[in-house]
Amino acid sequence: MLAVIAVVFVARPFLRDPSPASDRLDELAPEARERLALAEERDRALAALKELEFDHRTGKISDEDYRSQVGPLRRRAAEVLRALEHGEGARHERVPDPGERVP
Amino acid sequence: MAYLGRAALLLAFGLVAYALVAGSYAAWKRRRRLAHSAQNALLAAFPVTLVAAVLLLVALGRRDMTFVYVWQHTSHELPLGYALSAFWGGQEGSLLLWLLVLTGYAGLAVWLNRRSRELIAWTVPVFGLVACFFAFMLCFVSSPFNVQPAAGDGQGMVPSLQNPYMLAHPPLLYLGYVGLTVPFAFAMGALLSGRTDERWIVATRRWTLAAWTFLGVGQLIGAHWAYVEIGWGGYYAWDPVENAALMPWLAATAFLHSVMIQEKRGMLKVWNMVLVALAFNLSLFGTFLTRSGVIDSIHSFAKSSIGGWFLAFLSLMVVLSIVLIRWRLPLLRTKTRLESLVSREATFLYNNLLLVALALTILWGVLYPILSDAVRGETRSVSKPYYDFFLHTFGLPLLLLMGLGPLVAWRKASLRSLGKTFVAPFAAAVATGAVLLALGFGSSWPGLLAYTFSAFVGASIVFEFVRGRAAAGGVFRLIARNRRRYGGYVVHAAVVLLAIGIAGSSAYQTQRERVLKPGQSIEAAGYTLRYSGLKGVKGPNYTGFRALLAVSGHGERFNLSPGENNYPIEGQSNEASIYHDPHSLGDVFTTAQIAKGNSIDVKVFVKPLINLIWVAGFVFVAGALIAMWPDAVEQRRLAARYAAGAAPAGI
Repeated sequence: MLAVIAVVFVARPFLRDPSPASDRLDELAPEARERLALAEERDRALAALKELEFDHRTGKISDEDYRSQVGPLRRRAAEVLRALEHGEGARHERVPDPGERVP
Repeated sequence: MAYLGRAALLLAFGLVAYALVAGSYAAWKRRRRLAHSAQNALLAAFPVTLVAAVLLLVALGRRDMTFVYVWQHTSHELPLGYALSAFWGGQEGSLLLWLLVLTGYAGLAVWLNRRSRELIAWTVPVFGLVACFFAFMLCFVSSPFNVQPAAGDGQGMVPSLQNPYMLAHPPLLYLGYVGLTVPFAFAMGALLSGRTDERWIVATRRWTLAAWTFLGVGQLIGAHWAYVEIGWGGYYAWDPVENAALMPWLAATAFLHSVMIQEKRGMLKVWNMVLVALAFNLSLFGTFLTRSGVIDSIHSFAKSSIGGWFLAFLSLMVVLSIVLIRWRLPLLRTKTRLESLVSREATFLYNNLLLVALALTILWGVLYPILSDAVRGETRSVSKPYYDFFLHTFGLPLLLLMGLGPLVAWRKASLRSLGKTFVAPFAAAVATGAVLLALGFGSSWPGLLAYTFSAFVGASIVFEFVRGRAAAGGVFRLIARNRRRYGGYVVHAAVVLLAIGIAGSSAYQTQRERVLKPGQSIEAAGYTLRYSGLKGVKGPNYTGFRALLAVSGHGERFNLSPGENNYPIEGQSNEASIYHDPHSLGDVFTTAQIAKGNSIDVKVFVKPLINLIWVAGFVFVAGALIAMWPDAVEQRRLAARYAAGAAPAGI
């Protein structure tokens, strides 16, 4: 009985949809992948800003260090947000992280 | 009933083999229905394995001696709780527990992430591969459902396993060991699919934390069992099988830290893949050590037939991990670099290196006797001094880094900022060290350093909470908005308690031993123990004696009664008697053996601060729960991020 239930459960996708219009497994289109990469970059940039603000409020970072870091982080976050909003993805030059070495 | 159990295991094997083969083909050829079918096979494997597990439990509960496994590990006189715990007491049962937990975890993880179709398509066959191995072993090599003609009574259970901690220690360890398969499967799935973005990390973050927590708590419970049951006065003997649980925990600790760098900076992708593979393969290695009989250990009760199979599978998984990481290196490399050697990223990297170095030195200590025996035919052992040396060498700097890390900002920190944040914790450490030195704690420099560094870490954690509370407007709001960070600080506080407890109970313990006649006394660290005589005891399946000791000292009076139990079937066991001092958080630990007539050979250990180790366990769990607690804001953000390709769900 258990074996029958198991076999039916395993075969269920074929039993429910014996003649599908498409049997292709979804994959992200290249544009969607680029948008995802930008979304991750956006979240990293915004999280970095949030951490910087918090560290500054708690006195872990001096005013001088804060001023030197906040500008580049804000610029980077703005560039990534702009790229996302315009959906420019792969066609745009990749926005570098401030810590990235550019050859 | 046994044939039903065998049938269930064969069915489970068929299902996970289908998940592996069909799942691989479906992912490769991008066949949607076949991928879904393979996923269903993995989901179905859990209830089928559960049927086998329940059948074994029923046989154990009934003491059905027609089952060879039941006969080997129980007896009619064994209390029911321990009879059921024999499920994981032997090789076959523990393999079934591995498969049960694995199919449960795999099914749940895959079902929760079923909408991340690309990622799951390749994760299913990885789960299938691991489950296939264990199911194969259970079906064809080491079955718990072998039968025999009904026997009179069983061989019983080793007396040291007849302890309430044995009801929790192995299952918790297995929830940890097996849980490390989840991030491994998702990581390999990410490599196979070429989707090396953060989805696999987001999907497995809480799983990894949960597995790491179970492994940590399982080890602590095991240490407490060893302390109260084995009777040598310690809690961790650097036994190879104890080390086998510690190594994946260290690797997982490194992974939990460095994955934060990947999330925040997009760095260390290759390193994280290496760490997750290392943690998983070390957990497999741990299972191999425990069950193969390849080493002599209190945990290895018999040589077994599965060693060769395990070694082959472990080798396969190591090779697979290396090949996949090597293959996908171009996708994993990033251009982002460390901006400063004085930054939180840098301290995480240093802590990673120390954690991995400690894990690898412990691994060498475990492997050396095996290799020496295999290659040279010489039996060598690696003992406490080797492990203590590396624990001090890597562990003390790790403790210090735990205090440094939170004080340093991400990306880079100027010396001026550092100076401001370091002053108070540094002053606390120096003051503590000076006071302890004046009080005579300089007799052990590792102990003194452990206490001093603990003061530094403790102070830095306190200041983080104080400063954070001021910025957030309240402690609860602070923790609610920064669960991972402050949950992590609570876990660090647990490690501080652990370090203080270990240092106190080992570096500063007092040990005395003497043969006493009735009326005689022994003294240790300000306590006087007077022996008055012996008393007989009787339990459900044992008889024994207790030595009556009246203890006085440090303004207190109490009684202790160490002795031995004699189990007709299983043999003798030591029964320690322990007094927990509520004021000093230390213990007076005693054991006794009959010397001659009414004389006893008594050992006394006075172990300062040892109870902080057990308290640390509760604090550890609290910190982990805080770090794991879902954050609705973050969940919405992640769902929006992955909306196009479906969101990874995690727990």
